[in-house]
Amino acid sequence: MSITQLPLLQQLVLVLAAIVLFTSFVLLAQARLVSAIHAFAWQGGLAAAVTGVVAVAGHSPHLYFSALLTLLLKALLIPWMLHRLVHRLELDRHVDLLRRPALVVMAAVALVIFSYWLVLPMVQQELTFTRNIVAISLAVVLIGLLMMVFRQQAVVQVLGFMSMENGLFLAAVSATGGMPLVVELGVAFDVLVAMVLFGVFFFQIRANIDTLDVDRLNRLTETGGEEP
Amino acid sequence: MDYLLNVSTWGLALLQALLFAALAPLLVGWVRKVKAWLQNRRGAPLLQPYRDLYKLLGKEVRVAHTASILFRAAPYVVFIATWLAASAVPLVAVALPTAAIADIIVLVGLLALARFFLALAGMDVGTAFGGMGASREMLVSALAEPAMLMAVFTLAMTAHSTNLASVVDAQLAGGLVLRPSYLFALGALVLVALAETGRIPVDNPATHLELTMIHEAMILEYSGRHLALMEWAAQVKLLLYGVLIANIFLPWGIAASLAPADLAVGLAAILLKLLALGAALALAETVLAKMRLFRAPAFLNLALLLALLGLLGHVILEVGA
Repeated sequence: MSITQLPLLQQLVLVLAAIVLFTSFVLLAQARLVSAIHAFAWQGGLAAAVTGVVAVAGHSPHLYFSALLTLLLKALLIPWMLHRLVHRLELDRHVDLLRRPALVVMAAVALVIFSYWLVLPMVQQELTFTRNIVAISLAVVLIGLLMMVFRQQAVVQVLGFMSMENGLFLAAVSATGGMPLVVELGVAFDVLVAMVLFGVFFFQIRANIDTLDVDRLNRLTETGGEEP
Repeated sequence: MDYLLNVSTWGLALLQALLFAALAPLLVGWVRKVKAWLQNRRGAPLLQPYRDLYKLLGKEVRVAHTASILFRAAPYVVFIATWLAASAVPLVAVALPTAAIADIIVLVGLLALARFFLALAGMDVGTAFGGMGASREMLVSALAEPAMLMAVFTLAMTAHSTNLASVVDAQLAGGLVLRPSYLFALGALVLVALAETGRIPVDNPATHLELTMIHEAMILEYSGRHLALMEWAAQVKLLLYGVLIANIFLPWGIAASLAPADLAVGLAAILLKLLALGAALALAETVLAKMRLFRAPAFLNLALLLALLGLLGHVILEVGA
């Protein structure tokens, strides 16, 4: 089933999913914390839009609720919380450059190819029209993981974690038409609680090592030696 | 393939190529005019680029005494190669013999030939600026060309042909299809076009500031008709990229047959599309600032990434397994 045989709405789902993947790349290479948070908000909003259009195109009304929940949580509430956190930590103008941006981006491209190869057997079985998106969502998950590995800044690592969750959500929507509502609510609130805990951790880390650069955690603090 | 042997289609193709060369200064004039409006100036008249070319063509040619024969030959080679490349792009009608005998790879090759001679001519006289401009031009083009080819291959994979006319035909036959790969290829091609034609985020066409110039640095030693040909070739190149973007991604209106009514509609459609594209370019140049030269690789890296995503998006999302 190639794209020309699909109705326009289902083509729109594929386009939106591709843009979600692109926002993953934007997030990966973003230098400014505030722009990274905005990119994350866009990704959440696009994931919600994918869910909404899948709901319309696939006639599954229970997905409307998921879309609304995602929009409120991932595109509005969590970015707002992160924004406030960054403001209170006085990191508004913080710039955190990747060490080798071109190589990291190429690694992410390799991950996209890898995830396509991984889901190929599944794609060959005729499921719904959204089956191709499974590869995209797996790639989003893996790129989130890559982001957590390559970034030193704690806030950006949390963004990577959250975008992994976006990928998982996308996979659930595309492969099986959404999780049961109980599971979805549970996951949503877990993410929210995790966000609150991360906020607490940020302040703890900063109180202890005076920075949010996680690489510094490897060094012994006693060598500095100027404790009061 | 009978239209390959038909005299009248060749005549039309020649007419289209002439139209290409004739329209190019107009597009530049239009972009300058819109830019002037956006900056609250009245701006030069729309036909000013023609007057400049006319004036330059009538002026005496001064050539540095260190220049070799290559310096004199380069303007002709650059102009003819760019013009030949332009004539392979469907402007008004699709089914013309020039489009059938030259595909996208030939087009990229002809542009590379023009650029090669431009860089050689920049280095020929031996001034510091010429060599600097040539080195910068090669930096930009070496990074832009893979992105351009990759974007174009995305189109070729959809149409199962590297021929531009077939790509446009496939687009027209498919009707309205939302393709993620085309979205990314369009983004990549726009970025490449901005870099290759020396527009604002990469190069500034309106200044001769020594720290930043790329294209102007290479043609600094030219005068008279040589300079006119170089300027004209740059204008044709801008029009070429504009038509490429307009006609491949939004091919509606282009004449599929050679009936006079269809040709008139095709001409009107492409003029409207170029009007909009030129205004968009002027707007982008007004709101954007020029990048430092060493940020240009990051800019073109983004173009390559978009092209790659377009290719992968085509394989993953569009081809039925």
